[in-house]
Amino acid sequence: MENIYIVRCGESALKGKNKPYFERMLVQRIKKNLKEFEGVTVERVDGLIFVRTPEDVPADDVLKKASRVFGVDSVSPAQEVDIEGLDAEAALSAIGQEAVAFMLRQIEEKGIKTFKVDAKRGDKTFAIQSPDIGKRIGARILKGCKVLKVDVHEPDCNLYVNVRRGFAYIYDKKVSGYGGLPLGTNGRGMVLLSGGIDSPVAAFLMAHRGMYVEAVHFHSYPYTSERAFEKVKDLAGILTDYCGRIRMFSVNLLPIQEQIVQNCPEEETTILVRRFMMRIAEAIAKREGDLMLITGESLGQVASQTAASLVVTDAAVSLPVMRPLIAMDKTQIMDIARDIGTFETSILPYEDCCTVFLPKHPVTQPKLSRIEESESRLDVENLVQAAVDSAELTIISQREGN
Amino acid sequence: MFVYLDNSATTQVRPEVAQIMAKTMTEDFGNPSSLHRMGVNAEKILKKARAQVAAALNASPDEVFFTSCGTESDATVLRGVWESRKKQGRRIITTAVEHPAILRSCEALAREGADVIYLPVNRDCTFDTDALRAALTPDTILVSVMHVNNEAGSIMPLAQIRREIDKVNKGILFHTDAVQSFEKLDTDVHRLGVDMLSLSGHKIHACKGIGALYVKKGLYIQPFMLGGGQESGFRSGTENLPAIAGLGEAVRLAEANKAERIAHIADVRNYLKQLLMENIENITVNSPEDGVCSVLNVSFLGCRGEVLLHTLEQDEIYVSTGSACSSHKKGSHVLTAMGLTDEQIEGAIRFSFCEDNTREQMDFVCEKLKAAVASQRRLRSAFKRK
Repeated sequence: MENIYIVRCGESALKGKNKPYFERMLVQRIKKNLKEFEGVTVERVDGLIFVRTPEDVPADDVLKKASRVFGVDSVSPAQEVDIEGLDAEAALSAIGQEAVAFMLRQIEEKGIKTFKVDAKRGDKTFAIQSPDIGKRIGARILKGCKVLKVDVHEPDCNLYVNVRRGFAYIYDKKVSGYGGLPLGTNGRGMVLLSGGIDSPVAAFLMAHRGMYVEAVHFHSYPYTSERAFEKVKDLAGILTDYCGRIRMFSVNLLPIQEQIVQNCPEEETTILVRRFMMRIAEAIAKREGDLMLITGESLGQVASQTAASLVVTDAAVSLPVMRPLIAMDKTQIMDIARDIGTFETSILPYEDCCTVFLPKHPVTQPKLSRIEESESRLDVENLVQAAVDSAELTIISQREGN
Repeated sequence: MFVYLDNSATTQVRPEVAQIMAKTMTEDFGNPSSLHRMGVNAEKILKKARAQVAAALNASPDEVFFTSCGTESDATVLRGVWESRKKQGRRIITTAVEHPAILRSCEALAREGADVIYLPVNRDCTFDTDALRAALTPDTILVSVMHVNNEAGSIMPLAQIRREIDKVNKGILFHTDAVQSFEKLDTDVHRLGVDMLSLSGHKIHACKGIGALYVKKGLYIQPFMLGGGQESGFRSGTENLPAIAGLGEAVRLAEANKAERIAHIADVRNYLKQLLMENIENITVNSPEDGVCSVLNVSFLGCRGEVLLHTLEQDEIYVSTGSACSSHKKGSHVLTAMGLTDEQIEGAIRFSFCEDNTREQMDFVCEKLKAAVASQRRLRSAFKRK
């Protein structure tokens, strides 16, 4: 025996002539996400994707892992009814029999009392039309399961019947996916990954639109600890559940912070550091062939994220900077972080050792000309180059079992 | 140069200890409760270790019970005494600078109605007995005072406390958490005057996961691990024989040269203290003159302890801080109770020693520390100047 899951594609189904490409990518991603299970097949049939696994692969794991693939709208564990070669009446009879058995199990396991049937004729050559299929299967269930009543508004069990060429499918559950587009259909970007709540969410959202992400992480060791770095690796590890393998570059900013602290006004420290981070990230991104930078900035959240500050930060680089959280409130960002599982790790309190370099009153309305004047006291080019050269690469492989 | 100066956190297991443990796991692996020869053999190993620990406490073997750690020993005492005696009285006296193993249990008992008094400490992290005298009432059921404070290294006047207790009521139970003093001070339970004493294996070169509790003969406190009746019914659960054998061996090794070992540790500690005072400005020594040999707590003003810690670890020097930068925002409860300033708490480093440390290592530590302190001070003052 095998288990069958129907995977529905979201927006990628709208892509006209590119549809086969997106679907092919999606099949690939699903295969990859399920590769830890033996004997899994994933195939595309007439706009739906079917996942088949050996019976002993836990359904919950398959649902979780398949629904996490970007581009997936929803996943349903389904029961297959073979109607190959049967005429419509005989087919309906076979489907009805399975539907009754299915509902009896539901009664036994969940104590359901009401139901409704939604039928769909994927195969337009099937001689009975959708509404009639629904009615007749419903009647069959009422006859076979005496305790059940129909409730079209709030049924305990909504049974879906999908009649396709050669096979029909029965299911009652839809596990929502994240939608979006399959990974790799939208190039590759470089996220500035801190240990906080926001940047992992930003990476997730861009990956959700089909972008591969790489990461650069800045630390100030020994002003920050190795545990803080472990934490960022853990966060990247969680992200791999969605984004696949992540290449993470880590850069020690301390030499640059030292220069800034010694040569520039205190209140400009943070914005100056931000500009260096952007420059370093951009240099690594260009070297690695990434198309964009991604940050977790949200308008007005902190001094370095005011509109004026963002203008100054942006001016340091020429690559486009994606800020998917720009118009989100902190609570919205936290909700996503909780949903994708990064929140608990993000709030571990290791990170802010470099509060040593946090000015008491940071500028909130920096002027580019003044900031550039402060930077003229620094050897920007060489500092950036040294930082880029010293970047260490860590490969964060996709996790198993999560 | 590898210099491990965090021996109050944990110690390196001695090869002899590891060897005995391995043998107890792979060869003498019987269950002491089994009736056959393997069981008898295991019981012999258990007896031997119990006798070794008892001897180090000048107690009798049937007064020593093995537990999983110092925390379990402490919890057993607090929970057990409370359950056995809460009808006689509700007062429990302890200090503000105890290990969390004591403090968290006391807080839990307070929620159940215990009247817990936390004695304050002086600048040197000991307390004067006036406060104790004022707190002692005839219906006090337990006084629990650590023998040595783990952060400051101060030694609490246990014998004196016993005398004060006896003036009020000889029936009041007296417990000490001797995790930091065992094998570094005299822990003769009769001289200390304690009824109960907690100790831990991994602070004396045995492994983690083994502790012991001394309970004076004739004293009944209610056990909370119930089951197969091991440890005379006081602590059920199959004995952790490899770790117990290892603890016995660690005690044997420590007892063999106790006086010279302590003298050596004190010498290295004093040497480092001298070096630091001569070479680094603006420091305060937080440990008292007459503290335990193994602890030296120093504040480097204008520095963050944790940054120093991470700077030193780059040279394989391992120390600990009174407060992590942000994981414990409030800083050490001990240093706070001692009345140290925020700057002192922020810049505090605890060096804790064992017999493996040498003067040569201390020269290296002082040199690296001097540079680390200077660079951090330079950077921080540059930042503050503007």
